[in-house]
Amino acid sequence: MSSTPVNPAENPVGAFKDQLKSAYDHNPNEAHDTHDHHHQDEEAKVTLGFWIYLMSDCLIFATLFATFAVLKDATAGGPNGRELFDLGFVAIETSLLLLSSLTFGLSMISMQNNKLNGVLGWLAVTGLLGLGFMGMEIYEFNHLIHEGAGPDRSAFLSAFFTLVGTHGLHVTSGLIWMGVMFVHLFRRGITPANRIRMMELSLFWHFLDIIWIGVFSIVYLMGAA
Amino acid sequence: MSSPVAELHEDPVLRFLFGKLDISSVPWHDPIIMGAGAGMVGAAVLVLGLTTYFKLWPYVWKEWLTSVDHKKIGVMYIILALIMLLRGFADALMMRAQQALASAGGHGFLPPDHFDQIFTAHGVIMIFFVAMPFVIGLMNVIMPLQIGARDVAFPYLNSLSFWFTAAGAVLINVSLVVGEFAHTGWLAYAPLSGLQFSPGVGVDYYLWAIQISGIGTTLSGVNLIATIFKMRAPGMTLMRMPVFTWTTLAANILIVAAFPILTVTLALLGLDRYLGMHFFTNDGGGNAMMYVNLIWAWGHPEVYILVLPAFGIFSEIVATFCRKRLFGYDAMVYATMCIAILSFIVWLHHFFTMGAGANVNAFFGISTMIISIPTGVKVFNWLFTMYRGRVRLEVPMLWTMGFIITFVIGGATGVMLAIPGADFVLHNSVFLIAHFHNVIIGGVLFGCIAGLNYWFPKAFGFRLHSGIGKVSFWCWLIGFYVAFMPLYALGLMGMTRRLSHMDNPVWHVYLIVAACGALIIFAGIIAQIVQIGYSIWKRDELRDDSGDPWDGRTLEWATSSPPPFYNFAVTPAIGNHDAFWDAKQTGQAYIQPKSYEPIHMPRNTATGLLIGLASIPFGFALVWHIWWLAVVTLIGMIGLAILHTFNEDRDYYVQPDEIKAIEDARFAKLNTTTEA
Repeated sequence: MSSTPVNPAENPVGAFKDQLKSAYDHNPNEAHDTHDHHHQDEEAKVTLGFWIYLMSDCLIFATLFATFAVLKDATAGGPNGRELFDLGFVAIETSLLLLSSLTFGLSMISMQNNKLNGVLGWLAVTGLLGLGFMGMEIYEFNHLIHEGAGPDRSAFLSAFFTLVGTHGLHVTSGLIWMGVMFVHLFRRGITPANRIRMMELSLFWHFLDIIWIGVFSIVYLMGAA
Repeated sequence: MSSPVAELHEDPVLRFLFGKLDISSVPWHDPIIMGAGAGMVGAAVLVLGLTTYFKLWPYVWKEWLTSVDHKKIGVMYIILALIMLLRGFADALMMRAQQALASAGGHGFLPPDHFDQIFTAHGVIMIFFVAMPFVIGLMNVIMPLQIGARDVAFPYLNSLSFWFTAAGAVLINVSLVVGEFAHTGWLAYAPLSGLQFSPGVGVDYYLWAIQISGIGTTLSGVNLIATIFKMRAPGMTLMRMPVFTWTTLAANILIVAAFPILTVTLALLGLDRYLGMHFFTNDGGGNAMMYVNLIWAWGHPEVYILVLPAFGIFSEIVATFCRKRLFGYDAMVYATMCIAILSFIVWLHHFFTMGAGANVNAFFGISTMIISIPTGVKVFNWLFTMYRGRVRLEVPMLWTMGFIITFVIGGATGVMLAIPGADFVLHNSVFLIAHFHNVIIGGVLFGCIAGLNYWFPKAFGFRLHSGIGKVSFWCWLIGFYVAFMPLYALGLMGMTRRLSHMDNPVWHVYLIVAACGALIIFAGIIAQIVQIGYSIWKRDELRDDSGDPWDGRTLEWATSSPPPFYNFAVTPAIGNHDAFWDAKQTGQAYIQPKSYEPIHMPRNTATGLLIGLASIPFGFALVWHIWWLAVVTLIGMIGLAILHTFNEDRDYYVQPDEIKAIEDARFAKLNTTTEA
């Protein structure tokens, strides 16, 4: 070992300080001296963890898309996408969700400017747009089931309802989360903990938007073509 | 025993309250099931009673049930695995006995309907509730110590993960007594597992037990990846991580990438069963082969989720007990990641007979054989580490050597099965059974028990008795060969798997030998229990105050045994993947720092426990169609999770005085040991 002697009292284990040049530059365990540091570390950890979760969720959708691709022609004599889908309706549904991503972005900008009212206002708009999207989706599902094109009619419809419904379930979770977020923001304002929460919620919301673009393209556009 | 097909109650009130559940759901007339059930309930009552009698509840509640300490959660995972091992092995003994008794004209003691449930339960329990919790438990206890962290990235999530896994295990044990378990085999292939062919509640138990524990496993994967990427001690670059940490990383990446596929597959099967959908049914355009494809797209990575950490354990043990740096550390890391990636492109070899065509089968056959290359690299690395090393034949090293030989044989038969032409003959024969037990017992289980013997003194401060450990090892090793080598021969003779009755005097002899092998393994398991019990009894004689009983190399040996709740009083800086070994060589180990800084630690929480507990009635309600209970428990679980976010007082700082007191005591002990 060509290490320059270091004071071993600083470190009971291997104090190879000269080899630290290539060291990992970010270590939460070091940062117990100041409170600020702690929150930055927390944010980095939570954000990475949340990204990993999102990727696993993405694989849930990937599997559902694959299932849909396999079963899309298995209509068992029942209706197919061309007969069922109303693209105009779906276009409005889609624009509601896409718009809600924009308004969430505006909410995040307000948060960066420390404007609580802006955060709450834009978050409320986002929630309303999300509710509108869910309302339209429930209306569509209900309509299809009453037409005799429910999920038990054919494998195609099973796959359709499951893929779109899973996305809807995620949007619903996002809306519940938004409700909880309101309470958090009302109680404590823009705190570091709430910043982290808003950051993850916005990741979640934009993620659902991206998934919907896949649903819109593959299920509706290609299905109605 | 006839299979009770549970029907909804006719009375609307009873139907609302109990769904399909009634008094005849319990097979009162079956002595085997009732005996096992009484045993389980009796054991549970005994444990709870003793805890109450000795007034241990405050201790158990504060130190274990609500703990978010990764070491304690890991220990609880391993206890769960050991308990479930007994249940899974009881199933194995019954199967071996049945086949030995019912292969030359006899009827055996198990009706086919019960036999089907036993082989299903055996597979499900051994994979999901023995191997998984054992491996995840070892990762939990050791990995944060190896990277010099104070806990995992999300301690509360870790507790939640464990309790979901435990809830799944409880549900599967409930199925033994209330209702039935699936008759379908451990992967519940559709359409057999669909409502048309499995109208009972068995498959529903299967679905919800695995879904609930699977959520726990996925969360655990997220948690441990974030821990490895964000919480390593300064200086620990990726290529300085101990090999076990590397394999933990690879396994958890596989968990996050593969378990969502399992979740979706089982959810789709559930939708078929609960809402009359047509994913995998014979009618309505369903595609049963899609089920087989999806389940194996998870299933093949799963076997690497189990065996890669075992490879990591062996790598640590080989280096320690040969007193050498691991031969080819870099090659080991690359081989691990190669295997992790390749594990996703071989799933079709589980069903070459599907008829995908020669080109598809050739692709998957070749990709399967390619996996043997990085695996071979690993085997040679272990052998070259041993070559000219000073091999100490302690118990963990014996398991490792037993593993190398056994695993190479299992790997070789795997390559045989990877040849599509050969697989058409051997598919679904007991040759396959012999092969995968050869790699799962020889790889995963040997690895887990080696890890248990190796790291037990780290977790508890005293060793496991080595003499009894050796008895256990030899029983397991010999028993394994006696039990499974006959199955290779039987498979080549044409015996298919999962037979409850057969009439062939030639096979009979082999099955008797196999049953004897299972009994030898049983002796090994008993020795294992005796070893743990005896070691706890004689713990003062087996005590290790140094924290480093094996002259270890990696960071987990640098702290005391058991480690203080904060793991390291001062975060170590790392210059090497054998950091502690180098510190000992340069005289930098065991030096007490002059002062300490406050340490940031998470507080305990009961939320994980409560959500996990609520998931048991939730799963039970879904199995029996008791909708009100399912809704109530689901809302309860979501409510608890939301409520938890309002508690922002989740962490605290350990003050230097307290740290100093703990560390002074440790160094006082260390000095007396050295002087003695």
